[in-house]
Amino acid sequence: MNRVSRFVPALYIIFLMLPIYWLVNMSFKTTNEILGDFTLWPRQFTLENYITIFTDPTWYMGYVNSLAYVSINTVLSVAVALPAAYAFSRYRFLGDKHLFFWLLTNRMAPAAVFALPFFQLYSAVGLFDTYLAVALAHTLFNIPLAVWILEGFMSGVPKELDETAYVDGYPFWSFFIKIFIPTIAAGIGVAAFFCFMFSWVELLLAKTLTAVDAKPIAATMTRTASTSGYELGLLAAAGTLTIIPGAFVIYFVRNYIAKGFALGRV
Amino acid sequence: MPRETPELYPRFGARADKCEFPMALELINVSKRVGADQHIYPTDLTLEPGCLNILLGTTLSGKTTLMQMMAGLDPLTTGSLRFNGQDVTKTPVQKRNVSMVYQQFINYPNFTVFENIASPLRVARVPETDIKRRVGEMAELMKLSAMLDRRPSELSGGQQQRTAMARALVKDAELVLLDEPLANLDFKLREELRDELPRLFADRNCVVVYATTEPVEALLFAGNTATLHEGCVTQFGPTSDVYRWPQDLITAQVFSEPPMNQAEVIKSGGSLSLAGGASWTATGTAATLGDGRYTMGLRPHHVTPKEGGGQPVKVSGEVLVTELSGSESVIHFKLGGRAWVSQSHGIHPVEVGGHEELYADVAEAFYFDQTGQRITG
Repeated sequence: MNRVSRFVPALYIIFLMLPIYWLVNMSFKTTNEILGDFTLWPRQFTLENYITIFTDPTWYMGYVNSLAYVSINTVLSVAVALPAAYAFSRYRFLGDKHLFFWLLTNRMAPAAVFALPFFQLYSAVGLFDTYLAVALAHTLFNIPLAVWILEGFMSGVPKELDETAYVDGYPFWSFFIKIFIPTIAAGIGVAAFFCFMFSWVELLLAKTLTAVDAKPIAATMTRTASTSGYELGLLAAAGTLTIIPGAFVIYFVRNYIAKGFALGRV
Repeated sequence: MPRETPELYPRFGARADKCEFPMALELINVSKRVGADQHIYPTDLTLEPGCLNILLGTTLSGKTTLMQMMAGLDPLTTGSLRFNGQDVTKTPVQKRNVSMVYQQFINYPNFTVFENIASPLRVARVPETDIKRRVGEMAELMKLSAMLDRRPSELSGGQQQRTAMARALVKDAELVLLDEPLANLDFKLREELRDELPRLFADRNCVVVYATTEPVEALLFAGNTATLHEGCVTQFGPTSDVYRWPQDLITAQVFSEPPMNQAEVIKSGGSLSLAGGASWTATGTAATLGDGRYTMGLRPHHVTPKEGGGQPVKVSGEVLVTELSGSESVIHFKLGGRAWVSQSHGIHPVEVGGHEELYADVAEAFYFDQTGQRITG
């Protein structure tokens, strides 16, 4: 019994980790080795793939672009969602519940639906191929999500805290910034993490709304695959580097992730 | 025991017209309505400094709503609020000099205890040296000196509530609202703070309002009591007066723990009789009643298993539950279809399910007419 209870999760973890291991494994091999032999670890260990990525602007600018619009998007989404979530959490107003639900319906349509209108609109106003274009497009999905997560965390704070602060003499914004935001810091971290992740992995809108100047790393990867033959080692290295920011961000909110998936509700 | 005629306050305790104290909070025709629900019925109250003003009522009776309206956190539907003779109805809460302590331990989780206590002073831009001195004194008084550097989450419940209390007291508020501050504390701590509370306010010139669900607490603190029932202030006056001479059945019921015993009685000629059978000669207030039906109210400690003083009348009923604590017996029994409670000193073992004879001291009874008003004779 005890053996089985250890064996099953171990097997599962191996199963989960295998593709990631294989990606990292491939990134240290030459393309010839990848295509030639089946090897569990690199026979001819090489950093050539990584060196290429960090020295060739067409590669590393992909990361810069991605990080730029993802950051803008995260800041924008959380900044807009904070007051919105506070309103939903603390006030009752006409149609509040419907509006709150309607927010989430924005997430129910596939991104492809919005690709064409965004493309046309941004081309018309001159936003096409800018960081802001992608960042704004992604807020369509991320603001509702951030509002839902933050509302959950905020509703966990008793409204008596707000009242105590008003009684103490704090004006609203002073209370909001000095007391309320630090109180729900974990929630803000989780909301920011989810915004970051969705924006980081989203490909379709990012690819449609950019051409050269703001092209994301994922788009760079798809194009390289179709040029001068296969460069599998290079692609694997790029893939490995793509995982790192996510892993880095997740580390900071690791204790609150589960609550985040429950949209802040316990 | 001879009784002086109680000084009765008019219904809804209106003493608003005469305000001889330099400081007072006056509620004039204050009410609160949310949608179709009347949370607070029009109320007139004048609360004065010098003693605790107690709001006594069950959960959801409107104590918190009333306090939030006093603080300015909840707008009034009708009526106005005057403080020191000035209309403050529209004054935002930040501009009023009030402080409030809640049942839940509310502190700023990201501040240390020191910063928590200091926060009202910081907002008011009190000089740093003054802040240090006043917070230090307050911490000393509240026995928090050793934990000024900790966060509220690292404190025990009692210490958290002391912190909240210290913050409420440090700024010399003119109106201090305490909303069941002891309800979430364990028994020992509650007793301790109960002793300290009146002393904390003894030499302060501020109006203190204290909400509680427990009649015992109201009696302990003395002061003035307003009884609240479903959004209605049923009576307001000195605590002991309200307890001894409730105006109506609801007030008597709110101010009785365990609940007051009730029975239908019929007055006919010179005697009174219970619907169940027992009858006795009407004396005192009862003698002045006209013939007819009344509701009799009798506090549990006037129903005893042994014959006591006054005018004991033998009643009997089936015993439902008994609670025997160290020095007290509580016997729940059935009398004429109603649940009655007897509360007496000493241990009186009785058999549950058996038929028991008890003595009701009807000299202590209240009589209410069909509308629930007490007949004062």
